[in-house]
Amino acid sequence: MSAPQVAWQNRLRRIAALIRKETRQIMRDPSTLIIAVILPMTLLFLFGYGVSFDARRIEIGLVIEEATPEAASFTTSLTSSPLFSTRTARDRHGFESDLVAGRIDGIVVLAAGFSAETLRGDRAPIQVIVDGSDANKATLVRNYLQGVWANWLMQEAVTRGEHPNLPMTIEPRVWFNPEVSSHHYLVPGSIAIILMLIGSLLTALVVAREWERGTMEALLATPVGIVELMAAKLIPYFVLGMITMTLATGTAIFLFGVPFRGSFAVLSLTSAMFLMTALGQGLLISTATRNQLVAAQGTMVSAFLPSFFLSGFVFEIAGMPFPLQIASYAIPARYFVSVLQTSFLAGDVWSVIWPNLAGMAVIASVYLAVTALITKTRLD
Amino acid sequence: MFVRIWPLFIKELLANWRDKHNRYLLIFAPIIELLIFSFTATQDVKNVPLAVLDQDRTSLSGELISRFEGSPQFSRVIRLNGTAEIAPVIDAGVAPAVLNIGSDFSRRLHAGEPAQIQLLLDGRRSNAAQIIQGYANEIVNRVNTELAQLGQGQGPPSVVVARTWFNPNSDTLWSTVPGLFVVIIAAFGMMVSGLSVARERELGSFEQLLVSPLTSTEILIGKALSALAIATTLGMIVMLIAMYGLGIPMQGSMFLLIAAMIVYLLSIIGVGLFISALSDTQQQAIIGVFMFLAPAILLSGYATPIASMPDWLQTVTLANPIRHFVVISKGLFLKDLPVDVVMAHLWPLALIAVVTLSAAAWLFRYKTA
Repeated sequence: MSAPQVAWQNRLRRIAALIRKETRQIMRDPSTLIIAVILPMTLLFLFGYGVSFDARRIEIGLVIEEATPEAASFTTSLTSSPLFSTRTARDRHGFESDLVAGRIDGIVVLAAGFSAETLRGDRAPIQVIVDGSDANKATLVRNYLQGVWANWLMQEAVTRGEHPNLPMTIEPRVWFNPEVSSHHYLVPGSIAIILMLIGSLLTALVVAREWERGTMEALLATPVGIVELMAAKLIPYFVLGMITMTLATGTAIFLFGVPFRGSFAVLSLTSAMFLMTALGQGLLISTATRNQLVAAQGTMVSAFLPSFFLSGFVFEIAGMPFPLQIASYAIPARYFVSVLQTSFLAGDVWSVIWPNLAGMAVIASVYLAVTALITKTRLD
Repeated sequence: MFVRIWPLFIKELLANWRDKHNRYLLIFAPIIELLIFSFTATQDVKNVPLAVLDQDRTSLSGELISRFEGSPQFSRVIRLNGTAEIAPVIDAGVAPAVLNIGSDFSRRLHAGEPAQIQLLLDGRRSNAAQIIQGYANEIVNRVNTELAQLGQGQGPPSVVVARTWFNPNSDTLWSTVPGLFVVIIAAFGMMVSGLSVARERELGSFEQLLVSPLTSTEILIGKALSALAIATTLGMIVMLIAMYGLGIPMQGSMFLLIAAMIVYLLSIIGVGLFISALSDTQQQAIIGVFMFLAPAILLSGYATPIASMPDWLQTVTLANPIRHFVVISKGLFLKDLPVDVVMAHLWPLALIAVVTLSAAAWLFRYKTA
């Protein structure tokens, strides 16, 4: 056998030995399994059940100042909508304090003289007050009420025997998500956040512990090279991360009923790449800090929170100030959230997958290269 | 008793201050988080591109498109040349919406028949899709009104004019910052208290504390008070930045907010100390803190409304201290929440504080005995 071949064999043997050691450590330490299985599943359940923008029951306080037939008819159409839960009163004072206390989401006032004559103007003779302390919800409530109002006017016109015809109307059609369920995009997006957290936390804590206990120096004093060491650290956690990913995907599809329209091959490929960015970031954090406590806090501040806020999973990137939009390109979860939302809801759309895969590849290589560099210089 | 707790209190403050990493983390992290996350925590849909396919190509359709171009909600209009281009634009996420004007648009308008304009929306972001649909309806309704005034066709249904209370300009910053304030101080209260006992256990200095004349309850009180002092100071800094740096109004009483914050922090610190007493290592404590904090933040009504959750989960959130303080904080910053409503959320906080602090004290005695 030639010399380089022997060198390669030795190298592989060393990596295999290190992987065995790492795997045993994982099996022995309950906290690793908590991070890899219990934490992600708990979070996914919470995201799945607890995080939604879909208004289920909008609490409305309806004020009827004068009981006219029109007012009664409008009340019926408002109360018959499953979206609203309506209480009525003769004056608004009680509702105003309810709105302050957050017991209702909005007040609708039908003023005295609410009758056929007043309906003809282009300003509705109703007054709507919404709670601006949740700006998104205020917008949705206002849109829904406008919808109820327009439908009711149409209905009234038809009962009067008119055939109202608007010159032009918008006919909306929502692709990929016809039932307009925020659930269907929040659950896939949350998988990215969870995987980022798990991946970076796993490597950050474990490697920092080795530095703290001094076993890292001991390892580096052996013939093992930096690349071998990094590979041996990454592979077991990579496998663990992929298991987490499989569990999360299964839960999203079978428990939360999110449709999956892409292919598992593409999902696996992109998840693998994303996991490399997460593990790489964790490795970088722990190598740079060499302290479990700081590594854990660093992971929260640099991996979890930016993924939550800047990935576009729940907040709108287009609505952020320009510098933050630029910063979002440095967040791996931004790319993976797009891939997941597309894979689950739209299918294998290559014009989405390629650029995002490339973005993740660049970030992963930067993290791993910097980690190798720091490990080297720190030893000198 | 006080004489014995005081030196421990001072020692805890010094221990937190002396560690360089810890010191920077304590001072800068909350401020940076507040400044960055208040601008990212937005569900505003603005500056989005809109793709348009004009199959009619008349002055009427051109006029309609120019209305969309002129709207401040849309950053630009991408013109498509055929139906085949629609799918790629939506699939790739180039534009979240495509306006498809049919070839019979102007003919139908002239004939007085209803002209339908198709709006295709990307459901991968259904919240944004609904908001864009609202914008499109508004624009089309305005055009309808003008047409009606010119005597063409019927006017659109009258528009509901809503008044937005507590936030007249619908400024997203106003609705996110009071919530973010609650979350940030929770994270720091938990970090400071959750790690305190575990760190000493790991460093071995905990045995030294135990052989001192202090009883285990006194040790716990000392740790709780020092964590409270640190977190309250930070909370007030964050609050002042929110008011004077970010311009969030303080409609209610600031002193009531600070008083409520102290009760809230005690309930958080109770949980933190409980986790700390439970864990043997810092790593376990960190995981414990996170296992509490992540669900508690998600189920607090801070990012998404509690009313959208299933009923059983809404009941669970009643035990969540963050949920109660989100109501108090938003209420006092934006609404001048009456004292009786504040009290209705303050007593659960006090109850949670009593329960968690006594549980921590019990566990602490049990584990050291």
